[in-house]
Parts: sequence; C-alpha cells; structure tokens
Amino acid sequence: MIVETRCAQFDSLALEGGATLSPVEVAYETYGELNADRSNAILITHAFSGDAHAAGISHETGKPGWWDNMIGPGKAFDTDRYFVICSNALGGCQGTTGPGSINPATGAAYAMSFPVITIRDMVHLQKMLVDRLGIQQLLCVAGGSMGGMQALEWAVSYPEFVRCVIPIATTWRHSAQQIAFNEVGRQAIMADPDWCEGDYYDKKPPARGLSVARMVGHITYMSDESMREKFGRKLRQKEKFGFDFGVDFEVESYLRYRGNQFVSRFDANSYLYITKAEDYFDLTNGTGKLSDAFGRVDTRFLVISFTSDWLYPSYQSQEIVRVLRRLNGDVAYCDLPSNYGHDAFLVDVAEQTEIVRGFLDSTARTAKAA
Amino acid sequence: MAGTAETLHSSATLAARPDFHVIGEIIQPGSRVLDLGCGEGELLAWLVENKGVLARGVEISSADVRRAIARGVSVYQGDINEGLADYPDKAFDYVILSQTLQETRSPVRVLQEMLRVGRHAIVSFPNFGHWSVRAAMLFTGQAPKTKLFPYNWYDSPNIHFLSINDFEYLCREKGFPIERRYFLSGQHRTNIFPNLLGQTAVFLLG
Repeated sequence: MIVETRCAQFDSLALEGGATLSPVEVAYETYGELNADRSNAILITHAFSGDAHAAGISHETGKPGWWDNMIGPGKAFDTDRYFVICSNALGGCQGTTGPGSINPATGAAYAMSFPVITIRDMVHLQKMLVDRLGIQQLLCVAGGSMGGMQALEWAVSYPEFVRCVIPIATTWRHSAQQIAFNEVGRQAIMADPDWCEGDYYDKKPPARGLSVARMVGHITYMSDESMREKFGRKLRQKEKFGFDFGVDFEVESYLRYRGNQFVSRFDANSYLYITKAEDYFDLTNGTGKLSDAFGRVDTRFLVISFTSDWLYPSYQSQEIVRVLRRLNGDVAYCDLPSNYGHDAFLVDVAEQTEIVRGFLDSTARTAKAA
Repeated sequence: MAGTAETLHSSATLAARPDFHVIGEIIQPGSRVLDLGCGEGELLAWLVENKGVLARGVEISSADVRRAIARGVSVYQGDINEGLADYPDKAFDYVILSQTLQETRSPVRVLQEMLRVGRHAIVSFPNFGHWSVRAAMLFTGQAPKTKLFPYNWYDSPNIHFLSINDFEYLCREKGFPIERRYFLSGQHRTNIFPNLLGQTAVFLLG
C-alpha cells in the first residue's frame, strides 16, 4: 500500500487561548474507501511525536507508517472495510501548521510568536478536516497516549459525531508526573544555546537540547523490565569499561541514537508547544468532575491500558471507565498484560488487534441496525 | 468464516451450561442486563443476538475480557464488588450471577448490591446438597470431587459451599424476595426433591 500525504487548507482557526490562526494547513493521509453511506470512517489520532503517515509505505520516504501494524488490509483497523484518516496534529512539524510554519504577517517562521494551543484546538482542526471530507459521522476515533486524549476530547466536544472512541494508554488529565517529564524535556531544549529563544530556523537547531529531551522521553516509554531484557548491562562494542565518558553501555548508545535520530525529523519548538498542550489537558477544565464532562454519553468506549505502562498508568484509564460506568455508559475496558511499558500500544499489538477488531465490528453492526 | 466459527463456539458453550437456557428464558427481550463474572461473554453475546438486550459484563480475567470484547460485548475488567458499587440504583433490569456466588468473598453483600443495581437478580449455582456430593463425602471421607465440583480442595475457585436449602434459608433470613426458582438435573428441569436431585439451581430474585 503506497500512500501519499495530502494537505487541506482552512482560512482560520479560533483557538481556545483566544488567538486566531490564519490560514491553517493540515497534512493528512487516508487509507481504504469511504462507503456509499459514508458510515465507515475512522479517525486515527497520533501520539506526541507522530505524524499523518500512520499506515502503508510513504510515497515520499519509502517508510512504513507509525501504526502500520494496526492499520491495513485485514488488520485491526481493516482498510478493506473502513475508511481510515490520520492527520498531523496542530502545532506539529510534519505538514500541519506549527511554530515552524511561516507567519504570513511577517514572512518568517512563527517560532515563539506561535500561540499556545490545546488538545481541544487539535480536535477542532480535525473536525474541520473531517467536515471537508464530507463525513457526517465518524464510526470511530482511536489513538494512544496524546492520541487517546484527542479521542476523549472528541467524545466530549462532538458526542453526536462519533459512534465510538478507543482511547489507549492515556489519561483524562495530565498528572504531575507527566507534566514533570515534559518540563524536563522543555528545559533541556531551552537550555541549549542554539535554541535562541526559539529563533533558530535560519540557523542551526538546538540539536543537543532536543536530543536530551527525546532521551528522557524514551526512558518513560519503556519499562524497567523491557530495558532489562533489551539492554541489561550489555556493553556497546567493547569487552570492558572505557573508563571515560564515551558510550559504555548499550542503553546509552540506544538513547543517543534515538535522540539524534529525532533531531532530524522533529522541530524543537513543536516539542515545546505540543508538550504544553498535553500538560494543559484536563477533560474537566479543572473542575475534576469527569461525569459532568461526559454528560449524557451515547458514544461507545473501548478503553485500553497496559500493565507495565508507568507513564500513563492503568489507574488513569480505570478512572475514566469508572465514571462512564456510573453514567451507565457503554464502556469496554481491558488492562492488557505487556512488558513494553507505554510503548506497548505501538509494538505489542496482537491482543490489542483482537479487541479493537471485535469492538469495531460490533459497533459497525449496531450502527447499521440503528 | 471467523464469525461462523465464533457463533458455533458460543452456542456449543451455551449447550454445555444448562443454566444459560433458563436465564435465556427468564430475560425479557430488549432489557438491560449486567452479567457479573461473565467469562468470555458467551451468555451476553447470545442474549444480544437472540433477545436484543443491552448487555454489560464484568470479568476479572484479562484473557476472558479480551475474548468477550473481541466477541463484541461491552465487558470491563474488574472485580465484581467494585464494579457493582459504581452503578446507580436500578440501572439494570437483570443482574446475573451465573455459577459464581460460591466464589465470591461476601455473597450477602453481592446479593444486596445486585438487588440495588438491578430490578431483578438471577443467581445460579451448583447444588452442594446433590446426592452425588453427599455420597462422595460419605463414602470417601474426603472433600467431594464430583461432576458438579470437579476440583481438588486445594485448587478450587469455590470458597463457599451451599445447597439449595441453604440459599432458600439465606433469602428468607435476609429478606431477598424469590420470584421464581428453577432446578436442573443435567439439561432437564426437576421439581422432585430438588435439594437432593437438583444439580444446578437458578433463582430469580426481585
């Protein structure tokens, strides 16, 4: 499946923080065919560093999508049956308007003059895209981590518009620990002299800061057990310690590699803006009353958490499930056993596939009946 | 093809569980049903298919929950007690506890909660008063291991042992109103000396 990223343009987007972005571009991909009654559309929302290229082989880069193991013919999100859409989130750096985009007012990159955005703003923009594609109701919105936050936001902002949502390895509000790790990442970037208050677009980017931020991120995506299995105390291409501060351990090498690799594909300012959006995320707007946020829910929920995920621990998913149950909502929930930590939703997909497939199938069937 | 195999599997399991047929008869079409300890959701899937019910299930085993969700039933992973506590009063028409009462830590509390959350409660359990159990105990002098109670004492999920008479006494003592009772021997109903000849009891409370 060779796929191409396309771009939709909109005149303006009013943001939750009060500012207006104008114009706004959204990069997106689609897989499969929209059926005659337009009832088979699924929106996939990506995690923090994801992009519109969720599945198939990219026409431009030749690389598979970030959730190619879940989306495609015969897979969990079966493109023989469903029409799947994925767009790059607002504030991103893979085709959708973000701090690295040109501000038409100045002719230069927005950089830190880009307005602070929220998860809700991302979802509003996705809604505009879905409207543009001529879809009146989505069968499903599904995503993990920050993608799960967006799926939850969809259920709250546009309950009539989504038949079901699948929030995976996520939370209804960012916790102190999650904010803390994001802040470490931001401080690493801003401490890099190359950051230049965000004005680095015509100079060299704050590669060291961004790479350290990503290294911290990667630690939080794994688990003690998966790191022990993957690296242990294995040394990197040497028999004994170097007695210096070069790379000794495999795990160091891995983190440096991941950090460096990230720099080539991600914009440091996008890192700042998107992590801020995550940290502001609270489905209840600070009231803590999740039942008020959900209100009268008709949307079906499939909530998935992973036993070894300590960044978005299972209890956060269980809080969502408990409130939905209290509201007598239609909610299925499974805490899938996995050693992969937060990364499980991307890599440990066999069981996830089984339940997503069954859940989507039953939702599609009841949608038909209704 | 996968769908066909699944359906065959589910009806085969239903046949193996005679109490499911009785429960299927009791439940009115289109009602709201909560199944506690629903396993892989066979009963719920059957009720959705054949009675058009609104189905919910609670199950503690992750593997069972996975299979139930894959079957299309809205099941969540959790403990029966905590699960019940979250529901508002009379959220369901029927709350089912099939072959699980003897495994719950506090059966009385579970029954009270079932009657709070549901307009009716359906409880089925294997009868510890059945002659085969009595005979096994009498002749072997060991904890009975029978068709109804196939486990060794040390690996049995059952932590309470009750007969049909025990359950009747409990309902009287606690004021749980019994609407109907069904006694089964194999696949068949029996009304003669139920506490001696009934293998499985199904009670409709409410």
